[in-house]
Amino acid sequence: MIMKAILKNCSWRAWRVWQRNFDVYRQTWKINFIPPLLEPLLYLLAFGVGLGSLVKDVQFEGAAVPYLTFIAPGLVATAIMNHGFFETTYASFVRMYYQKTFAAILSTPLSLEDVILGEIAWGATKSLFAGAIMLAIAVAWGLIPLAAALAILPVAFLAGLAFSGLGMCFTAVVKNIEMFNFPVFLFITPMFLFSGVFFPLTSLPGWAQHLANALPLTFLVSAVRGLALGKFHSLQAFQLIGLLAIAVVCTYLGIAGMKKRMLR
Amino acid sequence: MTQPAHDKIISARGLRKTYGGLKAVDGIDFAVQAQECIGILGPNGAGKTTTIKMLSCFLEPSGGILEVLGRDASAAPRFIKRHIGVCPQEDNLDPDLSVAENLRVFARYFDIVGGEARGRAEELLHFMGLHAKRAARIDELSGGMKRRLMIARSLINRPRLLILDEPTTGLDPQSRHQIWERLHRLKSEGTTILLTTHYMDEAAHLCGRLIIMDHGKVVVEGAPKDLVREHIGASVIEVSAAGDGARRFAEEKGLLHEKTSTHLYIHGAEAASLWPEAVRQFGEERCILRMANLEDVFLKLTGRALRDE
Repeated sequence: MIMKAILKNCSWRAWRVWQRNFDVYRQTWKINFIPPLLEPLLYLLAFGVGLGSLVKDVQFEGAAVPYLTFIAPGLVATAIMNHGFFETTYASFVRMYYQKTFAAILSTPLSLEDVILGEIAWGATKSLFAGAIMLAIAVAWGLIPLAAALAILPVAFLAGLAFSGLGMCFTAVVKNIEMFNFPVFLFITPMFLFSGVFFPLTSLPGWAQHLANALPLTFLVSAVRGLALGKFHSLQAFQLIGLLAIAVVCTYLGIAGMKKRMLR
Repeated sequence: MTQPAHDKIISARGLRKTYGGLKAVDGIDFAVQAQECIGILGPNGAGKTTTIKMLSCFLEPSGGILEVLGRDASAAPRFIKRHIGVCPQEDNLDPDLSVAENLRVFARYFDIVGGEARGRAEELLHFMGLHAKRAARIDELSGGMKRRLMIARSLINRPRLLILDEPTTGLDPQSRHQIWERLHRLKSEGTTILLTTHYMDEAAHLCGRLIIMDHGKVVVEGAPKDLVREHIGASVIEVSAAGDGARRFAEEKGLLHEKTSTHLYIHGAEAASLWPEAVRQFGEERCILRMANLEDVFLKLTGRALRDE
């Protein structure tokens, strides 16, 4: 019954929420561009140049890959995850809780379903922007071929939907903004470290590999690296389907949770 | 705005909203006709805001029938929300956008875009006396300006019904009168208005008809003047520092009265004619003769006990 009501209340009007967020983003776009631009540069400098001088080539699918080339797709994937997840957690929470923006929109023809869909689509857009900036740097640096980078863009949006949806599920239940520290330290940070961004998962003990293989970021790192290094197989295709499934399920749960939170 | 005057804008029958065991709205019946200005009064927790949230399709009723603009509120929320304007108690302007952008972005939610949206925004900024502030940020506005912008925003879709939850709470007298003046103009243009307020003078000034709610129910309904006449009379004698002697005075004479710990209030049609006697009895400095007002009605019907929020 809940599912039927949610489906009935979803509409194209979600686009209006996306437009609102885009309008705000555009006003301060110069500032908005700086973090996603600096972030990859700092990472590439620290891990690639600093750590990379100590690390020899990495074995990937039977080929020796320079360390910087190996981690660049992983850093792209991390940026995609972070920007989607942080948008629908901290930023959406501020709009919902402090600014009452959602409540204001609810007095227009939009439904809460529209609002949440629009927020998640916006989070995915932020993922796409961050991925695109990072890819531009990687292409300029000669780490990812241009054609591969273009193929990664739709993946960035798809994964953005998954991580934004995931974020929205937490936003629906946290009591206050400080509580986001829990998913960040228990979920986002471990994924950053153990999803194959910095080292092949085969270096981990067997049980840890199983655990790591179930992480959403592992799906994304694998798919992005597969596209970047020309090793995209059926496993990566399944991992993309997995991300799509996460996006659908989390969007549904996020909407259901927000309805419970806001429309009591 | 050319609906026939008998057009029913709101019709509520047995309307209820319950939270677990709490009956926030407990079976209320009321109707609002086109071009009316109706006020809902009541102490905190009486159910005013819950009623308004149901009318504006923010909350679904737990029971009863609620029709707004002839459509069922649970079945047609998008239709209803498209044609009403809502100004909630709490300012929820968009702090990420300028004053004019607030209106333009809000218009877009109603599919009012481009030149039409800009024109509508300009018009409303003039109407609400905010045009000089059109480029300002929201946090640069005074409380009164924010309130006026909230009302401007709720008018962006040219609503047939305007719902205002405590439109002037916390404002200085100048700002209140400025808002009243705008609401009068809207009334004269034919907009149906429903508002809640804690200010009796506001209710008397703006509303043709009032509903007083308490404990989720409608206590009484009527025109402000009729309510005062029926429940209090024309005038009231207030006796200060009134002790038991004052109570006996009122009881012996069989007067309609209310005794608080410090004051005696004498109501009823004969209050004015008793004035000389009251002055003889208690001394002129302790007696005041004044017109009966809505606050007398309100306190008589809902009591003087403080309410929890």
